[in-house]
Amino acid sequence: MNIIEVKDLVKKFDGFTAVDDISFTVPEGQIFAFLGPNGAGKTTTIKMLTTLLHPSSGTITLNGADPMKDQEAVRRSFGIVFQDQSLDDELTAWENLEFHGVLYHVSKELRRKRIGDMLHFVELWDRKDDLVKHFSGGMKRRLEIARGLLHHPKVLFLDEPTLGLDPQTRNHIWSYIKNLNGTEKITVFFTTHYMEEAGRVADQVAIIDHGKIMIQGAPDELKTKTGTKSLEDAFLSLTGRDLREENASSKDQMRKSQRVWGRR
Amino acid sequence: MSTIYILWLRQLKRYVRSKPRMVGALGQPLLFLVALGFGFGPIYAKAGGGNYIDFLAPGIIAMGVLFTAVFTGIEIIWDRQFGFLKETLVAPVSRMQIMIGRTLGGATVATIQGLIVFLMTLAIGFRPASVLMLPVALVFIFVTAVFFAGLGTCFGSYLEDMQAFPLIMNFLMMPLFFLSGSLFPLAGLPAGIQAVAAVDPLTFGVDGLRGALTGMSHFSMGIDFVILSLMALTVLSIGRALFARIQI
Repeated sequence: MNIIEVKDLVKKFDGFTAVDDISFTVPEGQIFAFLGPNGAGKTTTIKMLTTLLHPSSGTITLNGADPMKDQEAVRRSFGIVFQDQSLDDELTAWENLEFHGVLYHVSKELRRKRIGDMLHFVELWDRKDDLVKHFSGGMKRRLEIARGLLHHPKVLFLDEPTLGLDPQTRNHIWSYIKNLNGTEKITVFFTTHYMEEAGRVADQVAIIDHGKIMIQGAPDELKTKTGTKSLEDAFLSLTGRDLREENASSKDQMRKSQRVWGRR
Repeated sequence: MSTIYILWLRQLKRYVRSKPRMVGALGQPLLFLVALGFGFGPIYAKAGGGNYIDFLAPGIIAMGVLFTAVFTGIEIIWDRQFGFLKETLVAPVSRMQIMIGRTLGGATVATIQGLIVFLMTLAIGFRPASVLMLPVALVFIFVTAVFFAGLGTCFGSYLEDMQAFPLIMNFLMMPLFFLSGSLFPLAGLPAGIQAVAAVDPLTFGVDGLRGALTGMSHFSMGIDFVILSLMALTVLSIGRALFARIQI
Protein backbone atom coordinates (compact mmCIF):
# COMPACT_ATOMS: atom_id res chain seq x y z
CA MET A 1 0.00 0.00 0.00
CA ASN A 2 1.20 3.52 -0.75
CA ILE A 3 1.01 5.78 2.27
CA ILE A 4 1.84 8.91 0.26
CA GLU A 5 0.60 9.48 -3.28
CA VAL A 6 1.39 12.69 -5.10
CA LYS A 7 0.09 13.37 -8.60
CA ASP A 8 0.83 16.33 -10.89
CA LEU A 9 1.55 18.58 -7.92
CA VAL A 10 2.17 22.27 -8.72
CA LYS A 11 2.81 25.25 -6.45
CA LYS A 12 3.16 28.77 -7.82
CA PHE A 13 4.02 31.91 -5.83
CA ASP A 14 3.05 34.99 -7.84
CA GLY A 15 4.60 34.01 -11.13
CA PHE A 16 7.36 31.84 -9.68
CA THR A 17 6.86 28.07 -9.89
CA ALA A 18 8.37 26.45 -6.80
CA VAL A 19 7.05 22.96 -7.47
CA ASP A 20 6.49 22.10 -11.10
CA ASP A 21 4.26 19.13 -11.81
CA ILE A 22 5.77 16.38 -9.68
CA SER A 23 4.38 12.89 -9.06
CA PHE A 24 5.68 10.17 -6.76
CA THR A 25 4.53 7.49 -4.36
CA VAL A 26 5.93 6.23 -1.08
CA PRO A 27 5.01 2.66 -0.02
CA GLU A 28 4.15 2.15 3.64
CA GLY A 29 7.14 1.41 5.86
CA GLN A 30 9.74 2.82 3.51
CA ILE A 31 12.44 5.39 4.15
CA PHE A 32 12.17 7.92 1.37
CA ALA A 33 14.79 10.61 0.75
CA PHE A 34 14.07 13.82 -1.08
CA LEU A 35 17.28 15.41 -2.31
CA GLY A 36 17.92 18.71 -4.00
CA PRO A 37 19.92 21.93 -3.87
CA ASN A 38 18.76 25.00 -1.94
CA GLY A 39 15.53 26.39 -3.33
CA ALA A 40 14.75 23.23 -5.32
CA GLY A 41 11.25 22.90 -3.84
CA LYS A 42 11.83 20.36 -1.08
CA THR A 43 10.41 22.36 1.80
CA THR A 44 7.51 23.65 -0.30
CA THR A 45 6.60 20.04 -1.09
CA ILE A 46 6.75 19.07 2.59
CA LYS A 47 4.57 22.04 3.49
CA MET A 48 1.94 20.90 0.99
CA LEU A 49 2.08 17.31 2.24
CA THR A 50 1.64 18.51 5.82
CA THR A 51 -1.37 20.83 5.24
CA LEU A 52 0.61 24.05 5.71
CA LEU A 53 0.32 25.20 2.09
CA HIS A 54 -2.40 24.84 -0.53
CA PRO A 55 -1.19 23.35 -3.81
CA SER A 56 -1.91 25.41 -6.94
CA SER A 57 -3.01 22.18 -8.63
CA GLY A 58 -2.56 18.42 -8.44
CA THR A 59 -3.58 15.90 -5.81
CA ILE A 60 -2.05 14.55 -2.60
CA THR A 61 -3.17 11.54 -0.61
CA LEU A 62 -1.59 10.90 2.75
CA ASN A 63 -2.69 7.83 4.67
CA GLY A 64 -5.81 7.74 2.50
CA ALA A 65 -6.85 11.36 3.09
CA ASP A 66 -6.50 14.65 1.23
CA PRO A 67 -4.47 17.20 3.24
CA MET A 68 -6.69 20.06 2.08
CA LYS A 69 -10.11 18.42 2.45
CA ASP A 70 -9.52 16.35 5.54
CA GLN A 71 -6.95 18.38 7.41
CA GLU A 72 -7.53 16.90 10.83
CA ALA A 73 -7.23 13.27 9.77
CA VAL A 74 -4.03 14.03 7.89
CA ARG A 75 -2.56 16.03 10.77
CA ARG A 76 -3.19 13.19 13.18
CA SER A 77 -1.38 10.75 10.94
CA PHE A 78 2.01 12.42 10.61
CA GLY A 79 4.74 13.78 12.84
CA ILE A 80 7.14 16.41 11.63
CA VAL A 81 10.58 17.75 12.45
CA PHE A 82 10.92 21.13 10.78
CA GLN A 83 14.04 22.46 9.20
CA ASP A 84 14.22 25.24 11.78
CA GLN A 85 13.95 24.69 15.47
CA SER A 86 10.36 24.76 16.68
CA LEU A 87 10.55 24.11 20.42
CA ASP A 88 9.54 26.52 23.16
CA ASP A 89 12.83 27.52 24.78
CA GLU A 90 11.17 28.69 27.97
CA LEU A 91 9.61 25.29 28.65
CA THR A 92 11.35 22.12 29.81
CA ALA A 93 11.85 19.06 27.61
CA TRP A 94 8.99 17.31 29.40
CA GLU A 95 6.68 20.32 29.07
CA ASN A 96 7.34 20.59 25.35
CA LEU A 97 6.30 16.96 24.91
CA GLU A 98 3.33 17.37 27.26
CA PHE A 99 2.15 20.36 25.21
CA HIS A 100 2.40 18.31 22.05
CA GLY A 101 0.58 15.35 23.59
CA VAL A 102 -2.34 17.54 24.66
CA LEU A 103 -2.62 19.15 21.23
CA TYR A 104 -2.70 15.68 19.65
CA HIS A 105 -5.34 14.40 22.08
CA VAL A 106 -3.12 11.69 23.57
CA SER A 107 -4.84 10.53 26.77
CA LYS A 108 -3.20 11.48 30.05
CA GLU A 109 -2.00 8.00 31.03
CA LEU A 110 -0.73 7.11 27.59
CA ARG A 111 0.92 10.52 27.37
CA ARG A 112 2.89 10.01 30.55
CA LYS A 113 4.14 6.60 29.44
CA ARG A 114 4.89 7.63 25.90
CA ILE A 115 6.76 10.81 26.91
CA GLY A 116 8.96 8.68 29.17
CA ASP A 117 9.56 6.10 26.44
CA MET A 118 10.44 8.74 23.86
CA LEU A 119 12.78 10.62 26.17
CA HIS A 120 14.61 7.35 26.88
CA PHE A 121 14.65 6.59 23.16
CA VAL A 122 16.47 9.82 22.27
CA GLU A 123 18.56 9.63 25.47
CA LEU A 124 17.26 12.80 27.06
CA TRP A 125 15.55 11.29 30.08
CA ASP A 126 18.15 12.75 32.46
CA ARG A 127 17.46 16.23 31.13
CA LYS A 128 13.68 16.04 31.13
CA ASP A 129 13.21 18.87 33.63
CA ASP A 130 15.74 21.25 32.10
CA LEU A 131 14.66 24.28 30.12
CA VAL A 132 15.18 23.74 26.41
CA LYS A 133 17.12 26.99 26.13
CA HIS A 134 20.02 25.27 27.88
CA PHE A 135 20.11 22.45 25.28
CA SER A 136 22.67 22.13 22.48
CA GLY A 137 21.56 22.03 18.86
CA GLY A 138 21.84 18.25 18.74
CA MET A 139 19.80 17.79 21.91
CA LYS A 140 17.07 20.05 20.57
CA ARG A 141 16.96 18.01 17.37
CA ARG A 142 16.64 14.78 19.32
CA LEU A 143 13.88 16.27 21.43
CA GLU A 144 12.06 17.32 18.26
CA ILE A 145 12.30 13.79 16.92
CA ALA A 146 10.87 12.48 20.20
CA ARG A 147 8.06 15.02 19.90
CA GLY A 148 7.33 14.12 16.29
CA LEU A 149 6.88 10.47 17.33
CA LEU A 150 4.86 11.06 20.47
CA HIS A 151 1.40 10.55 18.99
CA HIS A 152 2.28 7.32 17.08
CA PRO A 153 2.22 8.86 13.61
CA LYS A 154 2.10 6.72 10.46
CA VAL A 155 4.55 8.99 8.66
CA LEU A 156 7.43 10.99 10.06
CA PHE A 157 8.57 14.01 8.02
CA LEU A 158 12.09 15.23 8.64
CA ASP A 159 13.19 18.39 6.87
CA GLU A 160 17.02 18.39 6.91
CA PRO A 161 17.17 16.66 10.30
CA THR A 162 20.97 16.62 10.51
CA LEU A 163 21.72 20.13 9.26
CA GLY A 164 24.44 21.80 11.30
CA LEU A 165 25.06 18.84 13.60
CA ASP A 166 28.37 17.12 14.32
CA PRO A 167 29.06 13.65 12.80
CA GLN A 168 28.44 11.88 16.14
CA THR A 169 24.99 13.40 16.55
CA ARG A 170 24.18 12.81 12.90
CA ASN A 171 25.07 9.16 13.27
CA HIS A 172 22.90 8.86 16.36
CA ILE A 173 19.96 10.47 14.67
CA TRP A 174 20.15 8.12 11.71
CA SER A 175 20.40 5.12 13.97
CA TYR A 176 17.24 6.28 15.82
CA ILE A 177 15.47 6.63 12.52
CA LYS A 178 16.59 3.24 11.26
CA ASN A 179 15.54 1.68 14.54
CA LEU A 180 12.22 3.30 14.49
CA ASN A 181 11.51 2.24 10.97
CA GLY A 182 12.20 -1.31 12.13
CA THR A 183 10.27 -1.34 15.42
CA GLU A 184 7.31 0.95 14.83
CA LYS A 185 6.87 0.25 11.11
CA ILE A 186 6.77 3.94 10.51
CA THR A 187 7.24 5.52 7.09
CA VAL A 188 9.97 8.15 7.03
CA PHE A 189 10.12 10.98 4.51
CA PHE A 190 13.20 13.16 4.79
CA THR A 191 15.14 15.81 2.92
CA THR A 192 18.88 16.31 3.20
CA HIS A 193 21.99 17.75 1.59
CA TYR A 194 24.15 14.91 2.80
CA MET A 195 24.13 12.47 -0.11
CA GLU A 196 26.15 9.87 1.68
CA GLU A 197 23.60 9.71 4.51
CA ALA A 198 20.73 9.43 2.09
CA GLY A 199 22.48 6.61 0.27
CA ARG A 200 23.08 4.75 3.49
CA VAL A 201 19.63 5.12 5.05
CA ALA A 202 17.04 5.47 2.32
CA ASP A 203 15.20 2.71 0.48
CA GLN A 204 14.22 5.15 -2.21
CA VAL A 205 15.64 8.48 -3.34
CA ALA A 206 14.17 11.24 -5.49
CA ILE A 207 16.33 14.11 -6.72
CA ILE A 208 14.47 17.37 -7.27
CA ASP A 209 15.70 20.57 -8.88
CA HIS A 210 13.92 23.71 -10.09
CA GLY A 211 10.68 22.19 -8.84
CA LYS A 212 10.97 19.04 -10.99
CA ILE A 213 11.89 15.49 -10.05
CA MET A 214 14.97 14.66 -12.13
CA ILE A 215 15.27 11.01 -11.20
CA GLN A 216 13.86 8.55 -8.70
CA GLY A 217 14.74 5.04 -7.49
CA ALA A 218 16.82 3.00 -5.07
CA PRO A 219 20.27 4.55 -4.40
CA ASP A 220 22.12 1.85 -6.39
CA GLU A 221 19.69 2.17 -9.25
CA LEU A 222 20.38 5.90 -9.45
CA LYS A 223 24.12 5.36 -9.66
CA THR A 224 23.62 2.87 -12.47
CA LYS A 225 21.23 5.14 -14.35
CA THR A 226 23.56 8.14 -14.22
CA GLY A 227 26.72 6.07 -14.67
CA THR A 228 28.33 7.60 -11.56
CA LYS A 229 30.20 6.06 -8.64
CA SER A 230 28.50 7.84 -5.77
CA LEU A 231 25.15 9.44 -5.08
CA GLU A 232 26.92 12.77 -4.72
CA ASP A 233 28.28 12.51 -8.26
CA ALA A 234 24.86 11.49 -9.51
CA PHE A 235 23.41 14.53 -7.74
CA LEU A 236 25.96 16.92 -9.24
CA SER A 237 25.63 15.47 -12.72
CA LEU A 238 21.87 16.06 -12.56
CA THR A 239 21.73 19.42 -10.83
CA GLY A 240 24.92 21.03 -12.15
CA ARG A 241 27.74 22.65 -10.23
CA ASP A 242 26.49 26.24 -10.05
CA LEU A 243 26.07 27.86 -6.66
CA ARG A 244 22.54 28.58 -5.47
CA GLU A 245 22.00 31.96 -3.87
CA GLU A 246 19.17 32.71 -1.53
CA ASN A 247 18.03 36.03 -0.11
CA ALA A 248 18.36 36.72 3.60
CA SER A 249 15.21 35.39 5.21
CA SER A 250 12.99 37.47 7.42
CA LYS A 251 14.35 35.40 10.27
CA ASP A 252 17.85 36.76 9.76
CA GLN A 253 16.42 40.24 9.95
CA MET A 254 14.49 39.21 13.03
CA ARG A 255 17.62 38.05 14.79
CA LYS A 256 19.02 41.50 14.21
CA SER A 257 16.02 43.33 15.57
CA GLN A 258 15.86 40.99 18.52
CA ARG A 259 19.37 41.98 19.47
CA VAL A 260 18.30 45.61 19.28
CA TRP A 261 15.34 44.93 21.50
CA GLY A 262 17.41 42.79 23.80
CA ARG A 263 15.12 39.86 24.47
CA ARG A 264 16.30 36.44 25.56
CA MET B 1 -11.05 22.73 25.94
CA SER B 2 -7.74 21.04 26.75
CA THR B 3 -6.18 22.88 23.80
CA ILE B 4 -7.25 26.25 25.17
CA TYR B 5 -6.04 25.25 28.61
CA ILE B 6 -2.57 24.12 27.53
CA LEU B 7 -2.00 27.31 25.51
CA TRP B 8 -3.20 29.40 28.43
CA LEU B 9 -0.89 27.50 30.76
CA ARG B 10 2.05 28.04 28.45
CA GLN B 11 1.58 31.83 28.51
CA LEU B 12 1.48 31.77 32.30
CA LYS B 13 4.59 29.62 32.60
CA ARG B 14 6.50 31.87 30.28
CA TYR B 15 5.42 34.90 32.28
CA VAL B 16 6.38 33.47 35.64
CA ARG B 17 9.76 32.36 34.28
CA SER B 18 10.76 35.69 32.79
CA LYS B 19 11.22 37.72 35.96
CA PRO B 20 13.21 40.54 34.31
CA ARG B 21 10.29 41.18 32.01
CA MET B 22 7.81 41.12 34.87
CA VAL B 23 9.85 43.62 36.88
CA GLY B 24 10.72 45.69 33.81
CA ALA B 25 7.07 46.13 32.97
CA LEU B 26 6.44 47.58 36.44
CA GLY B 27 9.04 50.34 36.06
CA GLN B 28 6.99 52.55 33.80
CA PRO B 29 3.80 52.53 35.91
CA LEU B 30 5.84 53.17 39.03
CA LEU B 31 7.58 56.14 37.43
CA PHE B 32 4.30 57.62 36.23
CA LEU B 33 2.71 57.07 39.59
CA VAL B 34 5.48 58.78 41.55
CA ALA B 35 6.40 61.54 39.11
CA LEU B 36 2.90 62.55 38.08
CA GLY B 37 1.18 61.66 41.32
CA PHE B 38 3.45 63.71 43.51
CA GLY B 39 4.37 66.23 40.81
CA PHE B 40 0.86 67.30 39.84
CA GLY B 41 -0.83 66.39 43.13
CA PRO B 42 -0.56 69.87 44.72
CA ILE B 43 -1.74 71.66 41.55
CA TYR B 44 -4.66 69.25 41.16
CA ALA B 45 -5.68 69.83 44.78
CA LYS B 46 -5.33 73.62 44.39
CA ALA B 47 -7.58 73.50 41.31
CA GLY B 48 -10.23 71.88 43.48
CA GLY B 49 -9.92 68.36 42.04
CA GLY B 50 -9.20 66.68 45.37
CA ASN B 51 -6.62 63.96 45.89
CA TYR B 52 -4.78 63.39 42.59
CA ILE B 53 -3.35 59.99 43.59
CA ASP B 54 -6.92 58.73 43.97
CA PHE B 55 -7.72 59.94 40.50
CA LEU B 56 -4.48 58.73 38.96
CA ALA B 57 -4.21 55.23 40.50
CA PRO B 58 -6.88 53.53 38.32
CA GLY B 59 -5.32 55.12 35.23
CA ILE B 60 -1.90 53.72 36.07
CA ILE B 61 -3.30 50.26 36.80
CA ALA B 62 -4.94 50.35 33.37
CA MET B 63 -1.63 51.41 31.87
CA GLY B 64 0.13 48.36 33.29
CA VAL B 65 -2.63 46.16 31.90
CA LEU B 66 -2.58 47.81 28.48
CA PHE B 67 1.11 47.45 27.74
CA THR B 68 1.50 43.94 29.14
CA ALA B 69 -1.57 42.70 27.27
CA VAL B 70 -0.56 44.15 23.91
CA PHE B 71 2.90 42.74 24.30
CA THR B 72 1.71 39.19 25.01
CA GLY B 73 -0.28 39.31 21.78
CA ILE B 74 2.62 40.63 19.77
CA GLU B 75 4.68 37.68 21.02
CA ILE B 76 3.05 35.68 18.21
CA ILE B 77 5.66 37.30 15.98
CA TRP B 78 8.41 35.75 18.07
CA ASP B 79 6.74 32.38 18.03
CA ARG B 80 6.48 32.65 14.30
CA GLN B 81 10.10 33.65 13.80
CA PHE B 82 11.45 31.08 16.21
CA GLY B 83 9.36 28.26 14.90
CA PHE B 84 7.07 27.37 17.77
CA LEU B 85 4.00 28.69 15.97
CA LYS B 86 4.45 25.98 13.32
CA GLU B 87 4.24 23.31 15.99
CA THR B 88 0.82 24.60 17.05
CA LEU B 89 -0.43 25.19 13.51
CA VAL B 90 0.21 21.65 12.22
CA ALA B 91 -1.53 20.10 15.22
CA PRO B 92 -4.98 18.56 14.67
CA VAL B 93 -6.80 21.37 16.50
CA SER B 94 -8.65 24.42 15.24
CA ARG B 95 -6.89 27.72 14.94
CA MET B 96 -9.68 29.38 16.83
CA GLN B 97 -8.90 27.32 19.92
CA ILE B 98 -5.23 28.19 19.63
CA MET B 99 -6.03 31.85 19.28
CA ILE B 100 -8.46 31.86 22.21
CA GLY B 101 -6.04 29.98 24.47
CA ARG B 102 -3.21 32.35 23.68
CA THR B 103 -5.31 35.46 24.07
CA LEU B 104 -6.85 34.36 27.36
CA GLY B 105 -3.38 33.46 28.61
CA GLY B 106 -2.12 36.91 27.66
CA ALA B 107 -5.14 38.53 29.30
CA THR B 108 -4.55 36.55 32.49
CA VAL B 109 -0.91 37.61 32.57
CA ALA B 110 -1.93 41.25 32.06
CA THR B 111 -4.53 40.95 34.81
CA ILE B 112 -1.88 39.69 37.24
CA GLN B 113 0.36 42.54 36.20
CA GLY B 114 -2.53 44.96 36.83
CA LEU B 115 -3.01 43.54 40.31
CA ILE B 116 0.68 44.03 41.08
CA VAL B 117 0.38 47.68 39.98
CA PHE B 118 -2.68 47.94 42.22
CA LEU B 119 -0.55 46.80 45.17
CA MET B 120 2.00 49.45 44.20
CA THR B 121 -0.65 52.16 44.30
CA LEU B 122 -1.63 50.96 47.78
CA ALA B 123 1.96 51.28 48.90
CA ILE B 124 2.06 54.85 47.64
CA GLY B 125 -1.02 55.88 49.56
CA PHE B 126 -4.01 55.06 47.36
CA ARG B 127 -7.06 53.73 49.24
CA PRO B 128 -10.03 52.22 47.35
CA ALA B 129 -13.37 53.67 48.38
CA SER B 130 -14.99 50.31 49.09
CA VAL B 131 -13.66 46.80 49.54
CA LEU B 132 -16.97 45.40 48.29
CA MET B 133 -16.37 46.90 44.86
CA LEU B 134 -12.98 45.23 44.38
CA PRO B 135 -14.43 42.26 42.44
CA VAL B 136 -16.03 44.76 40.05
CA ALA B 137 -12.64 46.42 39.62
CA LEU B 138 -11.17 43.01 38.84
CA VAL B 139 -13.79 42.49 36.14
CA PHE B 140 -12.85 45.80 34.49
CA ILE B 141 -9.16 44.95 34.67
CA PHE B 142 -9.81 41.58 33.04
CA VAL B 143 -12.04 42.86 30.23
CA THR B 144 -9.53 45.61 29.49
CA ALA B 145 -6.82 42.93 29.41
CA VAL B 146 -8.87 40.79 27.02
CA PHE B 147 -9.38 43.73 24.68
CA PHE B 148 -5.70 44.62 24.50
CA ALA B 149 -4.46 41.04 24.37
CA GLY B 150 -6.87 40.61 21.45
CA LEU B 151 -5.51 43.77 19.83
CA GLY B 152 -1.97 42.42 20.28
CA THR B 153 -3.09 39.15 18.66
CA CYS B 154 -4.33 41.16 15.66
CA PHE B 155 -0.96 42.89 15.31
CA GLY B 156 0.96 39.68 15.91
CA SER B 157 -1.04 37.83 13.26
CA TYR B 158 -0.83 40.60 10.73
CA LEU B 159 2.83 41.60 11.05
CA GLU B 160 5.70 39.39 9.96
CA ASP B 161 8.46 40.96 12.05
CA MET B 162 9.07 43.45 14.82
CA GLN B 163 9.99 46.37 12.56
CA ALA B 164 6.60 47.99 13.03
CA PHE B 165 6.58 47.50 16.78
CA PRO B 166 7.92 50.99 17.70
CA LEU B 167 5.40 52.53 15.30
CA ILE B 168 2.55 50.75 17.02
CA MET B 169 3.80 51.75 20.45
CA ASN B 170 4.41 55.42 19.64
CA PHE B 171 1.56 56.16 17.28
CA LEU B 172 -1.16 53.93 18.65
CA MET B 173 -0.60 52.64 22.16
CA MET B 174 0.81 55.84 23.65
CA PRO B 175 -2.00 58.03 22.23
CA LEU B 176 -4.59 55.48 23.37
CA PHE B 177 -3.14 55.75 26.85
CA PHE B 178 -2.70 59.53 27.02
CA LEU B 179 -6.11 60.36 25.54
CA SER B 180 -8.09 57.91 27.65
CA GLY B 181 -8.68 60.01 30.73
CA SER B 182 -6.11 57.97 32.64
CA LEU B 183 -4.09 61.02 33.63
CA PHE B 184 -6.62 63.85 33.62
CA PRO B 185 -10.39 64.26 33.80
CA LEU B 186 -12.24 64.30 30.48
CA ALA B 187 -14.72 66.96 31.55
CA GLY B 188 -13.95 70.37 30.09
CA LEU B 189 -11.47 69.16 27.47
CA PRO B 190 -11.51 70.49 23.87
CA ALA B 191 -14.12 68.78 21.70
CA GLY B 192 -11.47 67.15 19.48
CA ILE B 193 -9.83 65.32 22.36
CA GLN B 194 -13.20 64.38 23.80
CA ALA B 195 -14.16 62.85 20.46
CA VAL B 196 -11.00 60.76 20.37
CA ALA B 197 -11.51 59.69 23.97
CA ALA B 198 -15.04 58.60 23.16
CA VAL B 199 -13.76 55.94 20.73
CA ASP B 200 -10.74 54.94 22.80
CA PRO B 201 -11.44 51.56 24.46
CA LEU B 202 -9.14 52.41 27.33
CA THR B 203 -11.42 55.35 28.20
CA PHE B 204 -14.14 52.91 29.18
CA GLY B 205 -11.74 50.53 30.91
CA VAL B 206 -10.25 53.32 33.03
CA ASP B 207 -13.61 54.94 33.70
CA GLY B 208 -15.17 51.69 34.88
CA LEU B 209 -12.14 50.86 36.98
CA ARG B 210 -12.17 54.33 38.52
CA GLY B 211 -15.85 53.99 39.24
CA ALA B 212 -15.26 50.68 41.02
CA LEU B 213 -12.22 51.83 42.96
CA THR B 214 -13.10 55.42 43.85
CA GLY B 215 -16.81 55.84 43.17
CA MET B 216 -16.12 58.62 40.63
CA SER B 217 -16.85 57.98 36.96
CA HIS B 218 -17.40 60.12 33.90
CA PHE B 219 -19.89 57.78 32.26
CA SER B 220 -21.51 55.08 34.36
CA MET B 221 -19.99 51.69 35.13
CA GLY B 222 -22.83 49.91 33.31
CA ILE B 223 -22.22 51.85 30.10
CA ASP B 224 -18.46 51.36 30.47
CA PHE B 225 -18.89 47.62 30.85
CA VAL B 226 -21.22 47.19 27.89
CA ILE B 227 -19.14 49.29 25.50
CA LEU B 228 -15.83 47.75 26.58
CA SER B 229 -17.20 44.21 26.28
CA LEU B 230 -18.59 44.88 22.81
CA MET B 231 -15.26 46.33 21.75
CA ALA B 232 -13.46 43.29 23.18
CA LEU B 233 -15.72 40.88 21.28
CA THR B 234 -15.17 42.86 18.09
CA VAL B 235 -11.40 42.82 18.41
CA LEU B 236 -11.43 39.09 19.24
CA SER B 237 -13.37 38.28 16.10
CA ILE B 238 -10.99 40.40 14.01
CA GLY B 239 -8.07 38.65 15.70
CA ARG B 240 -9.62 35.30 14.95
CA ALA B 241 -9.91 36.13 11.26
CA LEU B 242 -6.35 37.44 11.06
CA PHE B 243 -4.96 34.48 12.99
CA ALA B 244 -6.76 32.07 10.66
CA ARG B 245 -5.00 33.69 7.71
CA ILE B 246 -1.45 33.19 8.98
CA GLN B 247 0.70 31.30 6.46
CA ILE B 248 4.07 29.93 7.41
